[in-house]
Amino acid sequence: MTAWTRTEMAARIAADIPEGWYVNLGIGMPTLVADHVPLEREVIFHSENGVLGMGPAPSPDQADPWLINAGKQQVTLRTGGSYVHHADSFAMIRGGHLDLCVLGGFEVAENGDIANWATSENDTAPAVGGAMDLAAGAKRLWVMMEHTTKDGRSKLVKRCGYPLTAPGCVRRVYTNLAVIDVTEHGFRVIDIAPGITREELIAATAADLEFAA
Amino acid sequence: MIDKTVRSMAQAMDGIKDGSTILLGGFGSVGQPDALLDGLIEQGAKDLVMVANNAGTGHVGLAKLMELGRVRRIICTFPRSQGSVVFEELYKAGKIELEIVPQGTLAERMRAAGAGIGAFYTPTAYGTQLARGKEIREINGRPQVLEFALHGDYALVEAWEADRWGNLTYNKSGRNFNAVMATAAATTIVQAHHIVPLGSIDPEAVATPGIFVDRVLHVPGTGAFA
Repeated sequence: MTAWTRTEMAARIAADIPEGWYVNLGIGMPTLVADHVPLEREVIFHSENGVLGMGPAPSPDQADPWLINAGKQQVTLRTGGSYVHHADSFAMIRGGHLDLCVLGGFEVAENGDIANWATSENDTAPAVGGAMDLAAGAKRLWVMMEHTTKDGRSKLVKRCGYPLTAPGCVRRVYTNLAVIDVTEHGFRVIDIAPGITREELIAATAADLEFAA
Repeated sequence: MIDKTVRSMAQAMDGIKDGSTILLGGFGSVGQPDALLDGLIEQGAKDLVMVANNAGTGHVGLAKLMELGRVRRIICTFPRSQGSVVFEELYKAGKIELEIVPQGTLAERMRAAGAGIGAFYTPTAYGTQLARGKEIREINGRPQVLEFALHGDYALVEAWEADRWGNLTYNKSGRNFNAVMATAAATTIVQAHHIVPLGSIDPEAVATPGIFVDRVLHVPGTGAFA
């Protein structure tokens, strides 16, 4: 079976983001999405550490140690961008001003619960960062993740086993196998990677799937 | 004449007592007041409660302060950063208390402290283990978690420019927690890359007005931040 690559997943998400949206991309895989949004398409990226209008990674001659993103990578500021302090940055997040947040995930449940910050109740030193604020605060939450774990377990589940980041807030999941909306009735598949059959997708998923026509 | 500039690190650190709660600015290495942290290590206060985004890396700065056994409790959002070896060992050994706070809740608790707000409700962390034991109230149809203001005895802040009144600017993403923490502590201590004459900072560009600042020490940048 032919799954989507991470680059293809990122390109697909980027294509689904309308111009004019304010968007936060979570640390890790979701940061790839920015590579597929050209600067002339005005999607405004936000970073928790007070950068609104974040641009791509700098060329070596542009590199500025004062300008990093939430993943501590050096970035640039696009024309029209601005800097704010942490309370204002999280006012943008928690006040419902972001149109979209894309987070990575350990598990997404059919009721929209997301777990993406701790892998067990007894994690030696759990680290939450801004994940709970983003999940609860953005106008809509999409999750970008592999469909299964390295050992083949489905990351789409009926109920999360890991500690929750936030209940009932995921709207859509982009995996390497499919694009799946979270509806009142559970998971609804709206697109499948080429070469993946419905049967293969159902077998890889530990929750019920409804299929769009 | 108001002059908040101090001549020495000893003056900057004067009076910090054992048991103090200290707000530490910075996010990653950007905007972190490294010189003031070294000053605090030298100064000797212990049994400290440290509030910061991370829990220190390597064996310098905050990590060194913890390694010396001077930190009783850390309040932070992301202690599991690469190189947070000192924290991890102390935590596993039960030698340091940890309070994990969502990043926006941490910022807002300090904003509230600075603005005289005792507590607030937020949807963040509702339904998670970080809301355990906390009061929940439904507001506008949404369950929300009661969070209390977080005051500091001292804030350690890194600024770009400062004048003798303590008006501050920051450099790009170096503003981060610094500008929030400056409002939330009884005494705010600043290390500034540049001390500039009063009136030379555009009033429209002052990010932290001097009313929030008590002491300013000139610490020119070094290394990548020169």
